[in-house]
Amino acid sequence: MRGILYVLSALAVMGLGFWAYQENYKTQQSIRDVRVLHAQIGAAHERLGILRAEWAYLNRPDRLADLAELNFDRLGLLPLMPDAFGEVESIIYPLPEILPITDPIDVNSIGPSTEDDPL
Amino acid sequence: MIRTPLRPLAQILKARAKGENPDAIEAENRRKRNEEGRDAARDRAEGRLLVLGAMFFCAFVVIGARMGTLANTVPEEPRASAVGNPIIGQRSDIVDRNGRILATNLETHSLYAHPQDMIDPANAAKQLAAIFPDMDEEDLLERFTGERKFIWIRKQLSPEQLQQVHDIGSPGLLFGPRETRLYPNGPIMAHILGGASYGREGVSSAEVIGVAGVERHFDAYLRDPANEGAALELSLDLTVQAAAEEVLAGGMSLMNAKGAASVLMDVHTGEIISMVSLPDFDPNNRPRVLTEGDQSDSPLFNRAVQGVYELGSVFKIFTTAQGMELGLINQNTLIDTEGPLEWGRFKIRDFHDYGDELTTTDVIVKSSNIGTARVAMMIGAERQRSFLDTLGFLEPTPTELAEAPTGKPLLPRNWSEISTMTISYGHGLSSSPLHLAAGYASVLNGGTLVTPTLVKQEGPQNGPRIVSESVSARSRDMLRQVVVRGTASFGDVPGYGVGGKTGTADKPLTRGGGYYDDKVISTFASVFPVDDPQYVLIVTLDEPSENSGDKPRRTAGWTAVPVAAEMIRRVAPLLGVRPDVETLRPVGVTLTSN
Repeated sequence: MRGILYVLSALAVMGLGFWAYQENYKTQQSIRDVRVLHAQIGAAHERLGILRAEWAYLNRPDRLADLAELNFDRLGLLPLMPDAFGEVESIIYPLPEILPITDPIDVNSIGPSTEDDPL
Repeated sequence: MIRTPLRPLAQILKARAKGENPDAIEAENRRKRNEEGRDAARDRAEGRLLVLGAMFFCAFVVIGARMGTLANTVPEEPRASAVGNPIIGQRSDIVDRNGRILATNLETHSLYAHPQDMIDPANAAKQLAAIFPDMDEEDLLERFTGERKFIWIRKQLSPEQLQQVHDIGSPGLLFGPRETRLYPNGPIMAHILGGASYGREGVSSAEVIGVAGVERHFDAYLRDPANEGAALELSLDLTVQAAAEEVLAGGMSLMNAKGAASVLMDVHTGEIISMVSLPDFDPNNRPRVLTEGDQSDSPLFNRAVQGVYELGSVFKIFTTAQGMELGLINQNTLIDTEGPLEWGRFKIRDFHDYGDELTTTDVIVKSSNIGTARVAMMIGAERQRSFLDTLGFLEPTPTELAEAPTGKPLLPRNWSEISTMTISYGHGLSSSPLHLAAGYASVLNGGTLVTPTLVKQEGPQNGPRIVSESVSARSRDMLRQVVVRGTASFGDVPGYGVGGKTGTADKPLTRGGGYYDDKVISTFASVFPVDDPQYVLIVTLDEPSENSGDKPRRTAGWTAVPVAAEMIRRVAPLLGVRPDVETLRPVGVTLTSN
C-alpha cells in the first residue's frame, strides 16, 4: 500500500514539474510578446506624436493666414467679422418639389374655358 | 544507547564486600553522567551556532551580490508587471481650450563622438564642418585627436542632419535619442508658454525642463508619469490669441508704440482667453536674457503680467463704484469739480476745465481728476486701501506663470490722503494690465470677485461679493456713456455695446522724481457686451503717438481705443458673441417643410 503511495507521489511530482516547466516557458514567451507589443505601441505613439505635431505646425495661424491671402482670388476668405452673423430666415431652404400637373381641375366660376377665349 | 545505572549492582556488592560506602559510587556515576550531558549540550549548541553563522553568511553574501548586480547593471523597467503605461513616459503636451496643440515633443537625436573608435578623424572633422557651418574643422580635429574619450558634438540634430552625419560612416560618431520640445505655433503665446531646455543629460536620454511661463510653473505636473500623458489644458484660445496678436501688432506700429499688451478675460470664470505682450519671441529658440540695459525692454518681458505701470484714469471706475457701494454717492450726485484742487503743495488739475459741478456719471465720462479725488476723500484712505486689496491690487497676480510673482504692484510707502486722491485716478499705484483686467471683471460681472487663471475652468467662479448687482450695472452704464459720448468715442463697435474707460498716464522718469512730458502709457479698459457682460479687454500701449494731425496725439482716446475697438471687432465674432443689430423682421419659427 505504502509503495503505491510512494510511486503515485513521485509521479505527481514529475507531472507538476513538467507543468511548471511548461508554464515557465509560456510566461517567458508572453513577456517577450508584451515587449514586442510595447515596442510597437511606443513606435506608434511616436509616429502619432510626430503626425500631431506636423498637423499643428501646418495649421498654425500664421501659415493659414498667409494661405488665405495667397488664395484670395480663388477662395475670397476674409477674417470673421460681426456682419458674418445672419438670421435663420435669410437662409433659402430648398422648396419642396411639385409634381407635374397631369389632370388640372378648373375652378373658374364661369365654367370651363373655350378655345376662342381671347385670354 | 545503553544507560549506565547509577548504582550498578556488581560494584555495589563489591564495595559492600570491601566495606566502602556505595553512595560514593552513585555520586561518581552521577558526576560522569552530568559531564556527558554537558558535553552533548555544548556540542549541540556549537553545531547550532555554526549553522546559524553559515545561514547569516549566506544571507549576507546573497544580499551583497544582489546589491552588486543592481549597482552594476543598467536600470530596466519591470516588464511582467502591468502597472501604469510604460510607454507614455514623456513630458505632457500643452493644449488650448479647444484642444489645439501649443507645445508637444518631438524625437530627435544628439551627436557625440568616441575619438578612439575613429578611423579617419581628419575626414570626419572636415565633413562635420561641412554639415554644421558654425563648427570649425581645425577645432574639431584638435578635439578628436586629443586625450578625451568622449565628446559632445551637438545637443540636437534635425532628421536631415542625422542622415548626413550617418553618411559620413565614421564608427566613432554616435547618436543618442533626445526628446525636444516643439512649439508649432511659433511666437504665438510665447510669453505664456515660456520655453523648455535640457536639465541633466546622459547619452541615452535627457531631462526636459521648463524654463519660464506655464512650462516652468507646471513643470512637476507635466513631468508626472501618473498623468499618463494627459495634456495640460489652458484657458487660452489659439485663434483668438492669433487675431489679438495680429491686431495689436498692427496697432502698435500704427501708433508708433515701443511696446503693447492686451488681456482678454472671461468675466465670470476668470479664464484668460488671450494675453498678448509685444514685442515677443519664438519659444523654440528662446533669446538670451539681456545682460545690460532695462529688462523691461527685452522681448522676454511679459508686459501684461510683469509690467507694472501707473495706469491712469482707468482706476476712476473703482473709486465711483466704491462710493456708490458705500452709499456716499449715486450716479446723479453732483460733485464739485472746480479746479485746481489744492492739497498742501500739490495741485490736482483736469485735462480741460469742466466747470464747477458734474454728476458722477459725467465725472467718469469726461474723466475729471478733481471729481474723482473728491469722491476718494469721502471714501478715505483706509477703506480705499482695503477695497483695492480685495480686488487684488496690492499683491502680485496669482496667475499660473513662473514670472507672476515678479509682477508686484508698486504702492506708496505711506498711504496718505494725497496718495488716496492720486490713486483714485490711477497715479501713485503701479499695477499690471492683468491686475486691471481682474479688477474690471470683478466689479463689472455683477459684483463678485474673480481671480485670473490660465487653466481651463468648468464654470463661473462665484467668488465673494465685491459690490452689489446694482452698483455693477450702474458702473457698466457709466462706462457705456464714456464710449457713447465721452473720451472713448472711437471705441464703439456696432452691435457689441462696448463700455470702457480710457487712461493716459505720463511715464515716470527712470531716475525718479517726476514724469516725462512726451512719454505716456495709454490704456483702454473695456467690457462687452455692456447689457450682459461676458468679456473684459485691456489694451495698453507703451509710448504711443498718433502723428496724423498737426501735433502728435498721445491720449488713450486716440491711440489705445481704436486698437481695442478693432480687436473687439475681430475677436468677438470668434468668441461666438452675436452682434445685437436691428433685424428687419422679428425672429420667429418658420415652417420650412410640409
